[in-house]
Amino acid sequence: MGIADMLKAKPVNVSRRGFLAGAGSLVLATTLPVKPVRGQEASDAPAVQAFMELRADGTVLLKSPFIEGGQGVYTAMAQIVGEELDLDPSQFTVEIAPPGGPFGIMGGFRITGGSASTRSSYMLMRRLGASARAMLLQAASDGWGIPAAQLTTEPGAVLGPNGERAAYGDLAAMAMDLDVPADVPLRDPTTFRYIKSPTPRIDVRDKSTGQAKYAIDVEVEGMLLAAVRHAPRLGMTPSAVTNQSEIEAMRGVHSVHMLDGAVAVVAEKFWQARKALDAARVDWTDGDAQWPMPTDFSSQGFRDQLANATGDIATVENTGDAASTLNSAETVIEATYDAPFVVHGQLEPPSATARFNEDGTLDLWLPNQAPEQFAGRAAEAAGITPDKVQLHSQVLGGFFGRHFLYETANPFPQAIALAKATGRPVKLIWSREEDFLRDAPRPLGLARFRGSVGPNGPEALEIEVVGEGPTGRWYGAPAGNDPSAHEGLSGKPYAIGNKQIGQIYLPNPAVIGYWRSVGHSMHDYMYESFLDEMAEAAGLDPYEMRLSLLEGSPRHSTLLQAVAELAGGWQPGPYEVDGVQRARGVAMASPFGSEAASIAEVSLDGGEVKVHQVWTAIDPGQIVNPAVIEAQVQGATALAVSQTLVEELVYENGEPTARNFDMYPILRPDQMPEVHVRIIESGAEMGGVGEPGLPAVVPAICNAVARLTGQRVRSLPLSKHDFS
Amino acid sequence: MQLNVNGTTHNVDVDEDTPLLWVIREELGLSGTKYGCGIAQCGACTVLVDGVATRSCVTPASVVAGQEIKTIETVEETDIGKRVVEAWVENQVPQCGYCQSGQVLAATALLTETPQPTDEDIEYAMTNLCRCGTYNKIRAAVRSASEA
Ligand code: FES
Ligand code: FES
Repeated sequence: MGIADMLKAKPVNVSRRGFLAGAGSLVLATTLPVKPVRGQEASDAPAVQAFMELRADGTVLLKSPFIEGGQGVYTAMAQIVGEELDLDPSQFTVEIAPPGGPFGIMGGFRITGGSASTRSSYMLMRRLGASARAMLLQAASDGWGIPAAQLTTEPGAVLGPNGERAAYGDLAAMAMDLDVPADVPLRDPTTFRYIKSPTPRIDVRDKSTGQAKYAIDVEVEGMLLAAVRHAPRLGMTPSAVTNQSEIEAMRGVHSVHMLDGAVAVVAEKFWQARKALDAARVDWTDGDAQWPMPTDFSSQGFRDQLANATGDIATVENTGDAASTLNSAETVIEATYDAPFVVHGQLEPPSATARFNEDGTLDLWLPNQAPEQFAGRAAEAAGITPDKVQLHSQVLGGFFGRHFLYETANPFPQAIALAKATGRPVKLIWSREEDFLRDAPRPLGLARFRGSVGPNGPEALEIEVVGEGPTGRWYGAPAGNDPSAHEGLSGKPYAIGNKQIGQIYLPNPAVIGYWRSVGHSMHDYMYESFLDEMAEAAGLDPYEMRLSLLEGSPRHSTLLQAVAELAGGWQPGPYEVDGVQRARGVAMASPFGSEAASIAEVSLDGGEVKVHQVWTAIDPGQIVNPAVIEAQVQGATALAVSQTLVEELVYENGEPTARNFDMYPILRPDQMPEVHVRIIESGAEMGGVGEPGLPAVVPAICNAVARLTGQRVRSLPLSKHDFS
Repeated sequence: MQLNVNGTTHNVDVDEDTPLLWVIREELGLSGTKYGCGIAQCGACTVLVDGVATRSCVTPASVVAGQEIKTIETVEETDIGKRVVEAWVENQVPQCGYCQSGQVLAATALLTETPQPTDEDIEYAMTNLCRCGTYNKIRAAVRSASEA
C-alpha cells in the first residue's frame, strides 16, 4: 500500500479482536504513513499506527504515534480527534503507542522529529475521530429506531430530534459491533471549536506539581541501579579496574562491570553506584569503536580543515550562471562562516531500565524518538528477536534531537548488558557528565560564500558548504542530497538570478546528531548574515533589499512585512534606550514546511551582547493550536539565543573539554529576551511548529550586532568575541 | 539520620555525604524532585529547606537533618504554593516539564519571602535553567501569582 492509499484508508474496528481488556470499549485503529523525513527513501512507505479507545465512562484513551517531549503533540492529537469525534480534548488521556503491530496492522518506521508529527497525521487523526462519531450515531440510531441522519451530537453525547440523549460512553459497547463506515464527512474547518483554538495543554498540571513521570523515574520491582563511566576519548575501552575489590566492597555495591568503552557499577541505589564509580581507578586501552576519535582531534583543527577543504562539489542548487557573473562582476565579496558543535542539553539526563522476563521477553523503559528502530537495536543487543522486545517509551524531559538512535549515544544497550549480567532488572542513569561525553552533538558546520552585487542587490551567489550531515551519517544520504548538510543554504526564497550551491563532503570524526532545526539551526545564520553583507556592499537597507528579492513570492513578503509591523515598523537603529544604544537585525528561514521571519533587538552590556526582544512572524500554513505554536516559538527562540550567545562544545585531544553546564553554559533566565509572536495562517500545506521558530533568530541577532558595532560575526558563539 | 520531609520524620540509613536529592528520590521514593546536573547549575533538584529554595543535589542530607524540608509533592499545602501552581497552569508554563518542580518551588520561596517582588527580585530569585525556554512564561506566572 502506497502512501496515497494509506491516506485514504479507513480506520479499523479492533474492538472485537480481544487486544484490549476493557469490555464495552469502542476501539478504532488507524495506520499513519510518515512522509520520508530524514533522507528515507519514499519507497519505504513508513507507517505507524494509532488507536483510540472510547470507554464506558465516556473518556478516550488515545494512543499517539508520536512521543510527548514538551512540544504539545498529545494535546494536538486530542484536539484533532476531539474535533471530529465531538468530545472536549480535556476528556482525553494520551499515551504513546507501543512499537510494532499489536493490532495486526502494518508495523513500520516512525520518528518524532522533523516537526512532522501533527502535519503528517492530521487528516488520518481527523478521520479516526469522525469514524468513531459516525459509529456512535449509528449505534444510537439502531437503539432509538431513528435514522442516523436525524441525529446530531454535542460534546460527549448523541442527541435525537425529540430530546433523546445518549452519552458516548453508554453507546460504546453497541458501537463496537458496527462496521467502520467507508466514507465519513469531515467537519467544515470554519466550524472548528478545538482545532485552531488555544486549547489548554492536557499535561500542564501534572508537570507543575511534580507528578509527571519520565524515564529517569521508572521503578521496577527488584531493580538495581547502575552508573557508568565512559572512556574519556571515544574509541578507548577499559582494560582493568585496578581497585575492583575495593569498589565491590563499598556500601550497596552489587557488582562492577567492564563494558565496551565504559565501566559500570551496579548497586542497590544510584548514589551508591555513582560514588563507587567515582572511586574506581580504570586503565583504558584502545578498543574497536566504529567511530573512534582521533587522539589529535580538536574542534579548532577540524574547523580549519573544513575551511581549507577542496574536492568534488555535489550540486545542490544551480540557476543562471554564478561563476561567470562573479568573474565579470565589479563588486565581489567573500566570507567563510562557521558554527560550533553544540550539545542537546535536554534537562533530563538519559537513562534506560531493562528487565528480562522468564518467558524470554525483554521489557525496556527509555526515552526515544523512534520506537521501532530502538526495539530493533535492543533485540540485537539482547540477542533475541524484535518481537520479544517490549518497549515502553517515556515522556521526554526535553529532546531537541537527543533521543534518536545514535551509535554510542544511547544508554539502553548498556542497561541490557547489565540486566543480563546481573540477572536482575537494571536502571542505568547517565550522569550529566556522561551525557556530555557521549551526546551526539550537532556537527560543526562551515560554509564559504562568494557574492556579487549591483545597484539593486545580489546578482550572483556561490556557496560551498563543507562537511557531513547527520542524515548522511545515519541514513546514508549522499552528498548534495542530504538536506541536513545544506538546508538553510538551499531552499531560500530570494530571487537571485545566478546561484550555485554545492556540498563538499568531508566526514566528521565525531558521532554527530540532529539538533533542533538540524541544518537550519546554523545554515540560515550563515546565509542571512551574508545576505546582509551583500546589502551593505550594495548600499541597500537589508529589510528593503529582502522585500525586493521577494517580490515574486507573496507568502514571504507578507510574512516579512508582518514581522516588521509586529516590531512597530522596521527600524534598524542604532537608537538609544535608557541611555544605551540598541540596534535591530532581520532574517528569514523556511524550515520544515513552515516560514518564519524574525527581528532581534540587541545592545552591549560590558562588551557582551544582550538580546532584549525578538519578534517572530511564523506561517505554518495551517494551525492546530496557536497557544502551542507560540510556546514553541518562545522555546525555539531560547535555544536560538542560547547557541548564538554562549554555546560551543570544544574538543581537544579527541575529548570534549566541557562535561556539564558549568563549563558549557546554556541560556540563563536573565539572558532571555522578550519574545513576541505573530502567527499567520496562509492556508498553505501544514508545516511544522517545533523547530521553525529557531533558525531566523540566530542571524537576526548577528545582523543586529553588526548594525550596532560594525563588527560582522562569522563564527559563533558571540561570547568568544570581544565587543568592548 | 532523621529527616523531616513534607511534615513527616523519616529515619534514613545512608552515608552522611549522600546528597539530599538522592535521599528524597531513592530512600523516600519522591520522584518529583529532579536530577539535572548534580553540580548546582540547573536547579531541577530545588527543594525548600526551612522555606529557602535549596539545590538538593549538592546538599548533604546530614547537613539538613532537623530542618523542615518541603518537596514539590506538598507544594499545594500552602496558600502561596497553591497560587503558584494555579498561575503555572493558567499561564501554561511547562513544556517538557522536567525543570518545573524546581521552578515552582523557587517561585514559592520567592513569593513567601517577598509577596510583591520587583523585576530585580524575580531575576535574583528565579535562576533555575529551563532548556525548553519557558522563561517568559515563568516570569508572567510569577507576576500573576504575586498579584493574585
Ligand atoms: S541537579 Fe541540582 S542544580 Fe542541577
Ligand atoms: S520545561 Fe523543559 S526544561 Fe523547563
